[in-house]
Amino acid sequence: MTLRRGIFLSGVATLCAWTLVPIWLIALGAVGGRAAVDSWPKSFWPGSASFATLGSFLAIDGVWTATLTSLEVAVLCMIFSILLGAPAGYALARYSFRGATAYRLLILLTRAFPVGILALPLTVSFIRLGLYDTPVGVALIHAALALPFAVLVSASLFQGIPRELEEAAWVFGCSRPRAFLRVVVPLALPGIAATAIFAFVISWNEVFAASVLTVRHRTLTAYLLAVLSESPLHVQFAGGLMLIVPSVVFIFLVRKHLFSMWGIANR
Amino acid sequence: MAEIVIDGIRKAFGAVVALERVELRVADGEFLALLGPSGCGKTTLLRVIAGLESQSEGRVLIGGRDVSRLPPRARGLAMVFQNYAVFPHMTVRDNVAFGLRMAGAEAARTDRQVRRASELLHIEPYLDRYPSQLSGGQRQRVAVARALAVEPSVLLMDEPLSNLDALLRLEMRAELKSVLRAAGTTTIYVTHDQTEAMGLADRIAVLQDGRIQQLDRPATIYSHPATRFVGGFVGSPPMNFLELAAAGGAVRLGALTFPAPADGPIVLGLRGEDIEEVTAGAGFPLAVLVVEPMGSHTLVTGQVAGHRMRVVLPSERLPAPGEDIHLRPLPGRLRWMDAASGAAINPPNP
Ligand SMILES: Nc1ncnc2c1ncn2[C@@H]1O[C@H](COP(=O)(O)OP(=O)(O)OP(=O)(O)O)[C@@H](O)[C@H]1O
Ligand SMILES: [Mg+2]
Repeated sequence: MTLRRGIFLSGVATLCAWTLVPIWLIALGAVGGRAAVDSWPKSFWPGSASFATLGSFLAIDGVWTATLTSLEVAVLCMIFSILLGAPAGYALARYSFRGATAYRLLILLTRAFPVGILALPLTVSFIRLGLYDTPVGVALIHAALALPFAVLVSASLFQGIPRELEEAAWVFGCSRPRAFLRVVVPLALPGIAATAIFAFVISWNEVFAASVLTVRHRTLTAYLLAVLSESPLHVQFAGGLMLIVPSVVFIFLVRKHLFSMWGIANR
Repeated sequence: MAEIVIDGIRKAFGAVVALERVELRVADGEFLALLGPSGCGKTTLLRVIAGLESQSEGRVLIGGRDVSRLPPRARGLAMVFQNYAVFPHMTVRDNVAFGLRMAGAEAARTDRQVRRASELLHIEPYLDRYPSQLSGGQRQRVAVARALAVEPSVLLMDEPLSNLDALLRLEMRAELKSVLRAAGTTTIYVTHDQTEAMGLADRIAVLQDGRIQQLDRPATIYSHPATRFVGGFVGSPPMNFLELAAAGGAVRLGALTFPAPADGPIVLGLRGEDIEEVTAGAGFPLAVLVVEPMGSHTLVTGQVAGHRMRVVLPSERLPAPGEDIHLRPLPGRLRWMDAASGAAINPPNP
């Protein structure tokens, strides 16, 4: 038994290292300054931690504007994903219609088209529609990326709410929309919130579409990609860290709901 | 007022026919029990009446109004769901008050009726708890209280006491009956517990495979089952059936001869308590297999003419297994059924 336990623990350790070591190294590079980045062999402890690099990174012209744009885009993406994704998920969960299974598959297939192929036609149509170089335009593309996730997760969310609860609300005097608001929404809310934050993170991290579809109103990722390619390594690390931290914090905050949605027991 | 008329309701789920042309009329204020084995369509019928399931054919009328196409909330009824369906995100109090609040009842009236319903079902101690903090039986009582609190004119209940212990069930049964009678509520009460149906109902509808086999007062259902199925389903022990052959208008069983309504193969139905013990040669012999002293009576299982038979004897009578006892049916208690269809041959004339 101890052998199995050992294998299990080393597996856990490997997986943790797989994700944590790169983040740790980026953090080291960000706080260690030029010396730490260039030194070899790497030390796993910051010799002299200083937030000077982070400070100077934040002082770069346009970082704050780009951060605000990123926030705006991510919030819009979140709203679009939920407003479009939750009703679609509800329909998938509650109504059996011809081609429901095919529809599910189709939703996933939208992720099969690389944004790279779509970039040119999208740019052209966005210019025509007046969406080019606007936060709304980028948010729409990000919502398209986040939607499959939003639809499928909210479908399983609604499926987990017994139909009888809604029916009881109908019998006791609720119209369908009212029953939805009084019974389904409160029960689905934690999961919906988690889905929303996941959409937020997807948008926050997305760089390709954001770079192609904007010129002056860059999101943080697109801006950093454009600006930092010329910067010294430790500043790039600082930028990387600033990008990672919000995502990690968000995912950490909603981990419980995400786990329960995916059927991983956490009770 | 709130008479319920089920007019030729048929319900099919794809190829599965759950209800086959059900005709039913429940008078205003009547307590009707819907009795039948698992999967016979009881829940489906309730759901059609409530508007949660759309019928394939037929109409539902409540209080003379055709509600077939109305949504559940416009039908003016309350329902207890088989799996309770209490709202997990509301306290017991909010659950019980839900119907009244949705109807826009004023606070004082809501309070009063919530208190009444929760007293009746003994759930006052839990009013501020959430359903997840209740046992199954307590949750079920919340579901019943939620339906009673709106003081509906039509109440549909789907096995509302199934999860209570025997003692509590007995008490709740009696209280439900008196409250609903006093309020004049038209009630359809689904159960597969035949003693519950017998004890509660003004009339019982026995359902099998989506068809109403018999609709009558409990005593008639018990003494004059319309089919072999009803006789076997209602009553404990169930009715005994002997497959015999009639010739010359008579059937012979042991030393007895009964006039039979038809010649050829025929089924004789006899309730276990409708017999008396007689001396050898004055009745038919029963080879005793099992003897179960039940306290108030003795249940004897034996073999006669190649058929199992269960009879009820006085509690002080304890025959030994292997012994032969001699029995004679009480006059007027024989029921005849068609051997092929199982339908009663003597129609009940109570
Ligand atoms: N949504 C559905 N889709 C397909 N078949 C169904 C559906 N609902 C019920 N049925 C079928 O209809 C028949 C009647 O079901 P119903 O739930 O009315 O039985 P019931 O009498 O309430 O049984 P129980 O005593 O077990 O609750 C069953 O054969 C069942 O399998
Ligand atoms: Mg049922």
